[in-house]
Amino acid sequence: MEILHMIFIAPFLDMVALPDLFFQGLWDGFVGGTLYALLALGFVLIFKASGVFNFSQPILMVLAALALVSFYEMGINPWISVALVLLLMYALAYGVERVILRNLVNQDGNILFMSTIGLTFVIIGAAQWIFGGVPRSMIHAELGFPVGSSEWPMFGGAVYFEHIDISAVVLASSLIAILAVFFSKTKIGRGLRAVADDHQAALSVGISLNQIWVIVWFVAGIVALVGGLFWGARSDVSFALQIIGLKALPVLIIGGFTSVPGAIIGGLIIGLGEKIFEIYWGPMMGGSVEGWFAYVIALVFLLFKPQGLFGEKIIERV
Amino acid sequence: MKKHIIGAAVALGTLISTVSMSFAEELLVPHLTYRVGPFAANGTMGANAITDYFTMLNERDGGIGGLKVNPEECETGYNAQKGVECYESYRGKNPLMHIPNSTGITLQLLQKAPEDEVPIFTMGYGLSAAAKGETFPWAFNYPASYWSQMTSILSYIDSETGLKGKKIAFLYLDGGYGREPLPLLDKLEPKMGFETVRIPVAFADSQNQGSQWLTIRKEKPDWVIMWGWGVMNITAVKEAAKTRFPLDRFIGNWWSGGHVDVEALGMKAKGYKASNFTPAGRDFPVVQDVIKHVVSKGLTKTEPDMPGKVLYNRSLFMAVVMAEAIIEAQKLTGKANVTGADVRKGFEMIKLDEARLKELGFEGFTPVIGSCADHEGQGSIFVQQWNGKDWEKITDFIPPMTDIVQPLLTEAADAYKSDKPGWKTQNCS
Repeated sequence: MEILHMIFIAPFLDMVALPDLFFQGLWDGFVGGTLYALLALGFVLIFKASGVFNFSQPILMVLAALALVSFYEMGINPWISVALVLLLMYALAYGVERVILRNLVNQDGNILFMSTIGLTFVIIGAAQWIFGGVPRSMIHAELGFPVGSSEWPMFGGAVYFEHIDISAVVLASSLIAILAVFFSKTKIGRGLRAVADDHQAALSVGISLNQIWVIVWFVAGIVALVGGLFWGARSDVSFALQIIGLKALPVLIIGGFTSVPGAIIGGLIIGLGEKIFEIYWGPMMGGSVEGWFAYVIALVFLLFKPQGLFGEKIIERV
Repeated sequence: MKKHIIGAAVALGTLISTVSMSFAEELLVPHLTYRVGPFAANGTMGANAITDYFTMLNERDGGIGGLKVNPEECETGYNAQKGVECYESYRGKNPLMHIPNSTGITLQLLQKAPEDEVPIFTMGYGLSAAAKGETFPWAFNYPASYWSQMTSILSYIDSETGLKGKKIAFLYLDGGYGREPLPLLDKLEPKMGFETVRIPVAFADSQNQGSQWLTIRKEKPDWVIMWGWGVMNITAVKEAAKTRFPLDRFIGNWWSGGHVDVEALGMKAKGYKASNFTPAGRDFPVVQDVIKHVVSKGLTKTEPDMPGKVLYNRSLFMAVVMAEAIIEAQKLTGKANVTGADVRKGFEMIKLDEARLKELGFEGFTPVIGSCADHEGQGSIFVQQWNGKDWEKITDFIPPMTDIVQPLLTEAADAYKSDKPGWKTQNCS
């Protein structure tokens, strides 16, 4: 009886007793969810263009963030540092297309997936060699993003809004919206969708596969930079950031590997769900449940929607 | 056929003499490091400092007892399985000791050490019960076990606000290291009249602790004690500030109080506290010697501003205890090329009192006095506080609650060996 009370009654009583805490949880979950959506978007773009689950997306985020901070530490203007990182991301996209994708075209998807694992370790080694392994502070304040926080009194308590979190939500949402429009309304976007549907058919109508791959990897690099900027601001810039990147997995399972709206909805479901569950049901289970709870949600979706909420249904004719 | 046998015998003889010569030519002190992986920043600093200290001894004194020290590294990435592989790779090479640099790896190696007769030295980490030398003849965790440290921290809290009736949130990295003090807290809570709220942080959530800190906000504890490592620390301090938890009521253990944990936050981390046994600073003669003989000469990977940082100085201290064990072993046996078994005895004979610490350039560090029965030294800690720019020592040495911890350690050591038939113990009476 007591356990039923702990599961079905006590958490809701807590929500009512401390509504400010509940709203804080919702806000934190919303911020986290938006950033998860951004992480997932990087995976979605590359999966759409090449059918590859890009295992190196999290380390791309670390590389972008580390490079940004390192350029700034060399005395370079913060916005020029951003430009240099974008240049680096483009060079990387070009290199990946020339060295890996072009040579592995038409190979089995698993081989391409393995190549991204290899790429991950190459980037880890190179980044550590060039930038070192010492954690750094993100330069969001130097870039002009607001710091500090605001306090909104509510129900006898308060909800705190970190200004950098507000910036993260605004910028991430804008980026997601721009990319959604870019890939649905522009010629390149249509090219991407054609490549995603059928490589050979896309080639036959004159779409350059290589060009699309470079663009998509570059855009994934931009997404990685924005993700690295805000996740780095929330803790610090170190190689440990790549673990956060893997949080995109349950988001992708929920939203579908090929859907931009899916990444957004999936990110919000995970962000809000894990936060509220951890605060109100976590202590009953010994805490530290949000890591696996995200996968529980993903598993439930897998049972009923194996392609995710917005994923394309695969029909294979025998 | 005869020629072949003679040839084989000559080859074997050459091999044996080469191997024994290599034993005689250097003192092999392997240490398991993690220069890569999510904890690389901390691991790199520790690895550099240990290597730097022995390089300094080689440069300044010609090694120890006339033999050069080889502080060979084996990379584990903080992974227990790789740690065991590293350990195995030193079989037959006469390692004088093993330095796992991870509680997870230590737990794997504890059972191997008695078989291989090579001591394991885990300064400030590892299994607390290894403090009991009679049950764990081959393991040492000077200058204090985690359990001793926890009682010193509780003593500090008691002196500040009283402990009885207080609620303490225990925020810990969810793994062997972070869970280590839980059995102690189970025993102490009813005995000392405080309450704990245990809040684990999964390794994957180290940088994403929003939920944990909302739980802390919900529970409204009087104090938060943290057993964190790596990026978990800086994230926790950030989250504490974000949730308006008073930082002077937030105290980390000695692995949560490095410069790397707060430097990037600067004034935002002002007030945060941590325990320590190795003061920060570059003025210690030993740090100056390392700078002079190693760093300035470019014989290291250490960045010039690293010597003097908390974690760097701690690893220097780790190295001096290792060196003292070798010196004691050499004194005991009268020979320079000692073995792991000799060094084990050396560890038990260590007498790093205040006078010896001063002589070695470590004045102000926690003394380490070894014995057959006591492998932790029951060392004291002090509390330091971040002033926005640097760590400041704010207390004298705080001894552990020996009367409480020692019986619990004995109980834990007995429990450890109870399901291990044939476990090798020693009699210290």
